[in-house]
Amino acid sequence: MTVSPRTRDIHHVDIGTARLIVAPGGAAAALPETGIGSTERRLDGDDKVTGRAAYAGEEMPPGTLHGVLVTSPVAKGRIVAIGTDAALAADGVVRVIVPDDMPALAAPSVPPVAQSFVPMSDTSIRYEGQPVAIVLAETLEQAEHGAALVDLRIEAETPTVFETAETVTPRTEGNGYILGALDPARGDAEAAMRDAAATVDAVYVAPTRHHNMMEPSATLAEWRGGALHMHDSTQWTYGVRYALSGLLSMEPGDIHVRCPFTGGGFGAKGYVWPHQILAPLAARLAGRPVKIALSRAQCYTGSGYQPVVRSRVALGADADGRLTAIRHDTENVTSTADDYVEFGNAGTRSLYPAPNLSLTTRIRRADVGTPTAMRAPHEGPGMFALESAMDELSYALDMDPLALRLANYAETDPANGKPFSSNRLRDAYAEGARRFGWDARPRRVRARREGPRLIGSGMASAIMSTFRFPASARVCLTRDGAIRVEAGAQEIGTGTRTIFPQIAAERLGIAADGIEMVLGRTDLPETGGTFGSSSTISVGSAVADAADALRARIEGLADGTLPPREAWPALLRENGTGELVGEGGFSLPGDAPFDAHGGAGEHSMHTWGAVFVEMAVDEALGLARMRRCVACYSAGRILNPVTARSQMIGGIIWGYGRAMLEKSAMDPRSARYLSKNLSGVHLPVNADIPQEIDVSFIEEHDPHASAIGVRGIGELGEVGVAAAIANAVYHATGRRVRDLPITFGDLVG
Amino acid sequence: MENFTYARADSPEAAIRAAADGAVFAAGTTELVNWMRLGIVAPPALTDISGLDLAAIALADDGATLTVGALATLNAVGTAPPVRTHAPALAEAALKAASPQLRNRATLGGNVLQRTRCPYFRAEAAGEGRMPWPCNKRVAGSGCVAREAPFDRAALFGWTDDCVATQPSDPVVALAALDAVARVQGPDGIREVAMRDFHLDQQEGGAATETRLAPGEMILGYRIPVDAAARGSAYLKVRERESYEYAMVSAAVCLDHADGTIRALRIALGSVAQKPWRLPQTEAALAGAALDEETVQAAMDAALRDARPLPGQGWKPRLAANAATRAVMMAGGIVR
Repeated sequence: MTVSPRTRDIHHVDIGTARLIVAPGGAAAALPETGIGSTERRLDGDDKVTGRAAYAGEEMPPGTLHGVLVTSPVAKGRIVAIGTDAALAADGVVRVIVPDDMPALAAPSVPPVAQSFVPMSDTSIRYEGQPVAIVLAETLEQAEHGAALVDLRIEAETPTVFETAETVTPRTEGNGYILGALDPARGDAEAAMRDAAATVDAVYVAPTRHHNMMEPSATLAEWRGGALHMHDSTQWTYGVRYALSGLLSMEPGDIHVRCPFTGGGFGAKGYVWPHQILAPLAARLAGRPVKIALSRAQCYTGSGYQPVVRSRVALGADADGRLTAIRHDTENVTSTADDYVEFGNAGTRSLYPAPNLSLTTRIRRADVGTPTAMRAPHEGPGMFALESAMDELSYALDMDPLALRLANYAETDPANGKPFSSNRLRDAYAEGARRFGWDARPRRVRARREGPRLIGSGMASAIMSTFRFPASARVCLTRDGAIRVEAGAQEIGTGTRTIFPQIAAERLGIAADGIEMVLGRTDLPETGGTFGSSSTISVGSAVADAADALRARIEGLADGTLPPREAWPALLRENGTGELVGEGGFSLPGDAPFDAHGGAGEHSMHTWGAVFVEMAVDEALGLARMRRCVACYSAGRILNPVTARSQMIGGIIWGYGRAMLEKSAMDPRSARYLSKNLSGVHLPVNADIPQEIDVSFIEEHDPHASAIGVRGIGELGEVGVAAAIANAVYHATGRRVRDLPITFGDLVG
Repeated sequence: MENFTYARADSPEAAIRAAADGAVFAAGTTELVNWMRLGIVAPPALTDISGLDLAAIALADDGATLTVGALATLNAVGTAPPVRTHAPALAEAALKAASPQLRNRATLGGNVLQRTRCPYFRAEAAGEGRMPWPCNKRVAGSGCVAREAPFDRAALFGWTDDCVATQPSDPVVALAALDAVARVQGPDGIREVAMRDFHLDQQEGGAATETRLAPGEMILGYRIPVDAAARGSAYLKVRERESYEYAMVSAAVCLDHADGTIRALRIALGSVAQKPWRLPQTEAALAGAALDEETVQAAMDAALRDARPLPGQGWKPRLAANAATRAVMMAGGIVR
């Protein structure tokens, strides 16, 4: 791809890159001009903003039918009859597929299939918005109109929602959503709480929210002979292959999935949802390619959501602020089909050491769809609770909130005693506090007023699990001397198309610009999904390994030394070699298919941060606005400070949404979301976000988590932000908000 | 979405004739298309009035009347010098509505006819059979469950058990405070309707009838009397999101004051009823009173004592009183 000088100029905005990476002692680190660590602009940016990048919904092979899902308007019941006559009589409608048309499917493997209940495989209705029929037509408009004409006869029952459901212990046997122990405990938390100098005990609620990705999910399914070809908007091409291979009892190699670009996902496209199963079935029945693109409204039930997490947190501390006891009980809503567990106490396990610990993890089964991971799973909703409670404890102790965190600093992982692979949280606290000017903060609440507004500041720690997958990659020197990097991984907006070439470039000693990056196909080297902040760790390590392999082969042709870049094509010609290929991989301890925070290895792996926020609260009008945010992170080596900064700013805005705006409210009678559109579901807009978001990273090289010094960052940025905001609102007003989002009723006075 | 025919009208009379045959008026279409997509309406025909000569904004020669055509876009209204000078509350209200893209298409005639943002009313449902819940506006007689919902945008005034919806328009609030008059044309000719009476609350019109516009009538434009209070008007919009969001409450104030004393005051609250809610008794009580926050706040608190907040929304009358007070202080130049 070539980038004209003019667009370069447009992109050039001074964002203070020199201050992004902080060396020991607080000095700005020197950033290299090229390769890893340089501020390389997004290599695919022009393709995206000019529309050249091809997304799943845009492809339309000849003969493709538009499929529109007919969904259930009730949450619980049974399909009695589906009348299709009117729909079939409408212009352009080719076929209406109903449950009776469905072939028998093998039992789904969850994950990669997102939910164990496959809609239309029987007549039961388990959640509102569940697909019950598919209308296939020549145009989208005809298919939508036909869908409206399908006559649904449903025997409805009264649904259960989170508020009316029972709290139960999740199934662990055969449950793919169990990522850790449900109820870790040590010592006697209750007794320690009784003896503590100060205690807090409160309930915090982080509500259900949706991913609201820019590109609604879309999939195109096409059969060529016995092989299935899909262009799917996914975060995991190989996951789609495995899911469908299981359900359809097909050889994995007969399923080809491509996704060169994904228009955002945040977890919604991580696993495989009904439309991705129904489109290939519809295409087979119709004998033509079928495209199913979810409408915006269907995105609220067509894939998952981050479930409401209700946390009870109790803390006990001695007079010096050292935690003596931690209790964190969490529960989340899930479907009747799957015990999806949102481990709201995940961060609580590893952030602060306390001799006495009692954690429980529970669920409530309701007549709703299955939840799924959403930026940031587990720690996102859970750390709002823990870090709010820590703030409350700081006031109970009359201690500075940052000093309280430092009094409880974990030198090793409290969950298992393992040393950390690398941890610079202490430096992040110090650098964040310095940039924010934390020392100048008055201790008292309601101490600062500007006109009608009260000004307050708050902080929170951030911690995020490190997830890793095995990965493979290929780096090729082509016959004409170009470099091509190949990996099955996806680009979901995080910058993998820039990062991977940068990694290869460094290993090969060349510039990243001009390297061809081929991503997002199941005929490329296999990788895990682009989720869990795992891509750079896993795929990046494999790319580095592949580049090393290629470099070794080039050196092998040139008597053991690496000739200058310009000489490589001639080298191939002289040796009569075609394309020169380096294969590389990244594997986990014990050849595990996945691990979390270091898995079976000797080190515990997490990322950390310190988030500082200033809020202005106009109590008369019930309004709170963020004035500035300073966040400093310990996240391993930063490969590209510009794209990393973008990720963290996005995460901070994501956290602002959690704190101040977002809640997918549900009507309790019908178990239907109140609003299924971006007018009724409030996401932050530019006008909400201050210019002053100061992001920095502590210079760091993690020798254990990956082959390239990195850990993951994609989800970390969201963690801690909501707590820091709620804590700042408390500091401004003396009003403690434990139920998100913070709204008028919490503030008006 | 049903098929429909589309034709451009070359005169108000032609459009009104088409409407008599079942067509609906289409101007900016920023709201009409929503209704059609959501399943709220399925008109057989659209008559496009956007080409009619009804977009002018002008101050009359005597300086006493500002006229704004129904097809003036919100961005045109918000940036027009005569509006900014002589009716700043209307300019501010127009610019605080929707998003820049929508304001470039949406017209001041269509804006006042937008319908409630109540999510029960706005359910995506192709036809009555797919409605997931009762709503008397969508299916007459089906009931209203918004009263018991986890939803905090219900009306404070004028609501009934049949419907608790509010009118969400920003310009409507300013037009009511400005004592604007709409010129409307129908099969029987042209008439005028005061904007403070244009909309109906549920006690006046039930769940279904939201305005005094008769079937087939279209808005031609607005006549705004210009006085010192209009020139000293202000609009305050309170919303959780800073842009592209409807008001939780809003307040338009027209204020004439001198030497710290209120000479004349008109106040309309927005998003607290299915119509802009004027406070005539408060306006009269504050005429001649001191322009200070304590005095104004006491009067507003008294005015909101009649509010009927639904359970869980008990904070809203206070918010409305505070917003009205702040708007008066803004109009008086006391706070920004």
